[in-house]
Amino acid sequence: MGILEGEEVTKHFGGLAAVHDVNFEINQGEVVGLIGPNGAGKTTLFNLITGSLRTTAGEIRFKGKKISGLKPHQICRLGIARTFQTVQLFGNISVLDNVFLGSICGTTTPMSTPDARKKAMTYLELVELSAKKSDLAKNLPLAEQKRLEVARALATEAELLLLDEVMAGLTAPELVVATSLIETIRNQGKTILIVEHVMQAIMAICDRIIVLHHGVVIAEGKPREIAKNKTVIEVYLGTDDYAKH
Amino acid sequence: MNTATAFSKKWLILILLLLILTTFPFYSHPYLVVSITSILMYVCLTVSWVIFCAPTRYMSLATATFFGVGMYTSGILGELLPFPLVVICGGLASFLIGLLTGFICLRLRGFYFAIFTFGLNELVRNSMLWWEANVSGTVGRWVIILESLTIYYYMLVIVVLTVMVAYFLRRSRFGLILFSIGESEEAAAHIGIDVTLYRIIFFAISCFFMGLAGAVMATKWAYIDPRIAFNPILNFTPVLMALFGGVGEIYGPILGASLLTAISEVLLSRFPYYYMLLYGIIFIVVISFLPEGLVGLTRKWRKEPI
Repeated sequence: MGILEGEEVTKHFGGLAAVHDVNFEINQGEVVGLIGPNGAGKTTLFNLITGSLRTTAGEIRFKGKKISGLKPHQICRLGIARTFQTVQLFGNISVLDNVFLGSICGTTTPMSTPDARKKAMTYLELVELSAKKSDLAKNLPLAEQKRLEVARALATEAELLLLDEVMAGLTAPELVVATSLIETIRNQGKTILIVEHVMQAIMAICDRIIVLHHGVVIAEGKPREIAKNKTVIEVYLGTDDYAKH
Repeated sequence: MNTATAFSKKWLILILLLLILTTFPFYSHPYLVVSITSILMYVCLTVSWVIFCAPTRYMSLATATFFGVGMYTSGILGELLPFPLVVICGGLASFLIGLLTGFICLRLRGFYFAIFTFGLNELVRNSMLWWEANVSGTVGRWVIILESLTIYYYMLVIVVLTVMVAYFLRRSRFGLILFSIGESEEAAAHIGIDVTLYRIIFFAISCFFMGLAGAVMATKWAYIDPRIAFNPILNFTPVLMALFGGVGEIYGPILGASLLTAISEVLLSRFPYYYMLLYGIIFIVVISFLPEGLVGLTRKWRKEPI
């Protein structure tokens, strides 16, 4: 049994099927990539898993427990945390307090302020931001804001981490840092579901890749298989027919 | 100056201020006591407005409603219960209606929340008018009369209470959580904060203090009717006063409410014809040049000598 399972997950916006009959299973400790062209339904699927959106049909289970229908804060406390496609930090709150908030709110077990601060600091060290703990979150450069979001998500003690384009807009050296950060997190035993457009990164990090197109899963498999998959190539690059015209 | 001396200096000023306020009626003119009472009332309303609205950035325009609920509680229970109990009931009634309001407008954000709360006040005022005209048969009611000195001390206690709650809330993790909701409601929900619960509870808490103030101040007017109790002007004054003082520090709203009330009293007595004009000009100048309010000014002033 996977840590996260989706069964015929469907989301319709009016007549548009943003996500349609999607089945997926993510195992404990796995790093799974979710890819697909723009508008494929990746972020919608993230929103369904984390409770931002309600499913039209189907069911999502976390550790065997149905979570579709729960509210975002409940899902977070069960152990799923996320980052956002456009960074959603508490801009006028210090870097440390951003993470501190994650550690006091993300779990059901109450935690004393000094303990929570200590925990927040360890996560800041993990994402190499401890030197900037007193800065306001809004004053960090983008790459650091994205790492801060990861730290805040980790502070909720999530077992499953949903990363939505944490690498978009990063420079090459920043990409290296981000990639090794994901490696570190995975080595701590976390399960990661990651939406990403940076293909080299996704190919390098993921154990398995799920490809969405128009809200439907069109391929699934190891990175190497996906890279050679004909349908996937067609979806990304268009068919030969098109090229000939 | 190190932080320890700054800290003790702050408390010294605070204790001194409290001493002055407590002993003040013994050596001053009775008229001043009445003026200071009205300053206390505005400080209470502004600080309670700030408790919820400043960190969460939800602009409530229903201060008059919860103040009015307190007044009416005082009008109804004034002769039935000992006065301290009446005041507490006023606070509780406002608290409960605040909870109810919170439940009703759960999904409203931004402008919609502001308009809803403003509409709420209109609804309550007009329903009360209708009720009094058609059901109970008499519009308005008498409230028990208290000495101005008694009112003064009641208001002083309530203000101290409100400011203390606001101060400790600001420094607590709850304050931080409310602030995070104002920064990004979506992110707050996704790190495990029950945004709805926080919104409802802290909105109701801020209403509680407005109700306390209303229950006491009703006795100053002696006669209340829905037009007095739910006067829409009072929906805006706390917002103006909070902006004038600045919400970045706890003393901002206190300073803003005190100064603006004092200024308007002086203007009203000295320049009755130009009162609103001058009031408006002062306000526009402060908002244009000090977007952080008077707090911004003190911050600048502190930084510059170094």
